[in-house]
Amino acid sequence: MGTTILVAILFTGVIALLLGIIIGVVSKLFSVPSDPRVELVLGLLPGANCGGCGKAGCADFAKAVVAGECPPNKCPVSSSEQVSSIARALGIEAGSEFRQKAVVLCGGDVNQMKMLTLYNGVSDCVSASMIGGGPKSCAYGCLGMGSCARSCPFGAIEMINNLAVVHAELCVGCGACVKTCPRNLIKLVPADSEVHIYCSSPVKAPLKRQVCNVPCIGCRKCMKSGEEGQFEVDGFKIKVAYDHQPLPGAEVVDAASCPTGCLLTEKQHLAIERAEKPVVEEEVAS
Amino acid sequence: MEGNTNYLEITIGAVLVYNFVLSRFMGVCPFLGVSKRLDTALGMGGAVIFVMAIASFATSLVYQYLTTEIEFLGHHLNLVFLKITLFILIIAALVQIVEVILQKLSPPLYKALGIYLPLITTNCAVMGAASINAQEGRGILAATLFGTFSGIGFALALLIFAGLRERLELSQIPRPFQGMAIALITAGILAMAFLGFSGIC
Repeated sequence: MGTTILVAILFTGVIALLLGIIIGVVSKLFSVPSDPRVELVLGLLPGANCGGCGKAGCADFAKAVVAGECPPNKCPVSSSEQVSSIARALGIEAGSEFRQKAVVLCGGDVNQMKMLTLYNGVSDCVSASMIGGGPKSCAYGCLGMGSCARSCPFGAIEMINNLAVVHAELCVGCGACVKTCPRNLIKLVPADSEVHIYCSSPVKAPLKRQVCNVPCIGCRKCMKSGEEGQFEVDGFKIKVAYDHQPLPGAEVVDAASCPTGCLLTEKQHLAIERAEKPVVEEEVAS
Repeated sequence: MEGNTNYLEITIGAVLVYNFVLSRFMGVCPFLGVSKRLDTALGMGGAVIFVMAIASFATSLVYQYLTTEIEFLGHHLNLVFLKITLFILIIAALVQIVEVILQKLSPPLYKALGIYLPLITTNCAVMGAASINAQEGRGILAATLFGTFSGIGFALALLIFAGLRERLELSQIPRPFQGMAIALITAGILAMAFLGFSGIC
């Protein structure tokens, strides 16, 4: 009995040792020389693999940065300190910085918009837009099924009262949601902008009024209240001119007193959606 | 043993009748884990076929020597009880070695299978294939064939299930059944469907 235990231990030990040696030799023989700088940059990147830079994940981006194909500030997630630490580590220019965030330009939640049909199909915006356009009557508004919220790698989009609302403090501007929205409601805007016109419908004001309580009717009150060039006419609605500096602030919203209430700061917009009660609890998309 | 091996049983049988996931219920963890999307299921399936084949080959090679009685300092010893310990050691080391070699010799194959290889080093389906081979006393050729076709059976089940789950994602499921619950129910029904193959070999 004693010898059996001894032999078993010895036997297993010898085989383990042999295998260990073989692994060691093989990994030496077949070692792939990799650039240590790629590992270094990869360590400094956030590792979210969001694809916001246009590359297939953080590892691919790190390779491109080391190869000099891409400046480190192309990563929309990294803060400016992270970008400069990557640039310092490689001894290259960080590149000029322009940060963006996403905003859903629609204010039509379940309370503000008339319902057209009882939609029983697949709970996905793309599917709904293919079949008759979902439950809401505005053909240009948010479908409210949260395809954008599911596509966001950072959980920055919340569905409140069947309306997508972007939380600016969480959004990094990777643009994943922009591609998802079948109605093209989501725009990338400068990160320091705070006032938006929450309407994207290009139809005439009376038609919009029939289906929605908070459309932009193109009355130009905001244009008169703000500085020259802060807003511009876009068909039958007004839009914020995001290229123009300075961008409109909260005082413009107060001065304009938008008659429909589609000109809002982000904080006001969020507060309104939070305060409203959903009509049916079931309809608050998870 | 080599002479009267039922080759039908270790090829078609391993894929359909004694399917590793759906009949033997081995390797259910990766079956549920990587079946969310068809392309990851394909990569995982490929990796499992590969690893099962080489693991069956290596373990059957070693097992032949293990079954013979050895004489040590005048004692007659039988070390068959070390079977599982040794199989774990060998399979884990083998996958490590293959991973390193693959990275050097075939980067495209490494890119396709690379992230799945470490996942299945100690998978129970791979262990099970080696163990069943030992139990049945199969020779090297029969064991390798069995390993390969068991891997194909695993990949088949994984692909079918991934296709089903992609459809499930888009259907309206009652709230209590959402997520893993409906996945397990579907897996059960799929296993019942595979029961229809029993008895063909």
